[in-house]
Amino acid sequence: MKQIKVLGSGCRNCEITANIIAQAAKEAGVEIALEKVTDITQIMGYGVMSTPGVVIDGKLVHAGGVPGPDQVRAWVKP
Amino acid sequence: MFEALADLLVYRLAGLGPSQPAGAAAHFFVMDVTKIFALLLVVIYAMGLLRALLSPERVRELVRGRSKTAARAAAVGLGAVTPFCSCSSVPLFIGFVEAGIPLGVTFSFLIASPMINEVAAVLLVGILGWQLAALYVGAGVAVAWVGGMVMERFKPERWVEDYVWKIHMGEAELPAPDTSLAGRHRYAVQEVREILRRIWKWVLIGVAVGALFHGYVPEAWVTGHLGGRGWLAVPAAVALGVPLYSNATGVIPVAEAMLAKGVAVGTTLAFMMSIAALSLPEMLILRKVIRWQALALFAAVLAVAFTLVGWGFNLIT
Repeated sequence: MKQIKVLGSGCRNCEITANIIAQAAKEAGVEIALEKVTDITQIMGYGVMSTPGVVIDGKLVHAGGVPGPDQVRAWVKP
Repeated sequence: MFEALADLLVYRLAGLGPSQPAGAAAHFFVMDVTKIFALLLVVIYAMGLLRALLSPERVRELVRGRSKTAARAAAVGLGAVTPFCSCSSVPLFIGFVEAGIPLGVTFSFLIASPMINEVAAVLLVGILGWQLAALYVGAGVAVAWVGGMVMERFKPERWVEDYVWKIHMGEAELPAPDTSLAGRHRYAVQEVREILRRIWKWVLIGVAVGALFHGYVPEAWVTGHLGGRGWLAVPAAVALGVPLYSNATGVIPVAEAMLAKGVAVGTTLAFMMSIAALSLPEMLILRKVIRWQALALFAAVLAVAFTLVGWGFNLIT
């Protein structure tokens, strides 16, 4: 199962990002473990300054702004 | 074009006359709202296409590891072209500290960033003319430069919260940004949406205030109290601007109305800057990383700087 983390200290775009990832995973029929990381120390630990950031299985794949729909679909591809 | 639209709506359809206060105010409102939003759309989209790729991470890389002067020049320059939202202030601050960038340089960036951005600069040119735009940007750069240096003299390191020093930032290999035309377009559209969502209300409030000023404040009163070189008008404008906040774009229509009624240029500039640069929400966000002593000092340094800028311009114009 893919471990997906959304990095962001609770800004609106972070919520949106988490939601569209969850939605895309559901549409693809893929089970994911989605976690929101809000602690600034942890977020910075990934080297991210612009939120939301997205981490998949420990690897940073996106930082800054809401990701595009194609991007998100690629992340949750089974 | 915008004037014709305002003429049509206000004078023809609503039947108001330009000599009535309500007519003058409504005309100003319609014209500025349409003009500013049209300019914003075009400018932000174009900037999104061109720039596309200047993230806070990138800014940090560009500022770090330089001599102090070069770092400050980079910080002020980049602060002027990056309209980051205040929600990025905390990660920016921590990231700068972690990269070993001197605090004074970080403050220079924090001053320049909200006060000057290319979107506001283009609007300034479009609405107030290039001379005033140049004055505003030049004064903003000077204040950011000197303000950061003055902050440094007070050794603000002692006011940084302890946990900030302990954060260790990971080395992220950031995914390469999409530089294809489609990717840039998508980014630009997202920027337009994002920035407009953040600032539309400041623009509306700014235009409304400008319109009321334009329609209802008598010119004789303005020239009597705010026109000449009255020394007190500038600090009064700054003091009024500090608790008020608007986005740098939102203050432009207010300044437009003030200048048209004969408020002195220096007084207007000082007012604009203190509204755009100092805000309570931004302060509260920064409070997460620095103690209030540093914030109070920050506000005081800026207030003094804006007053000096205002006096300076009132003397030479």
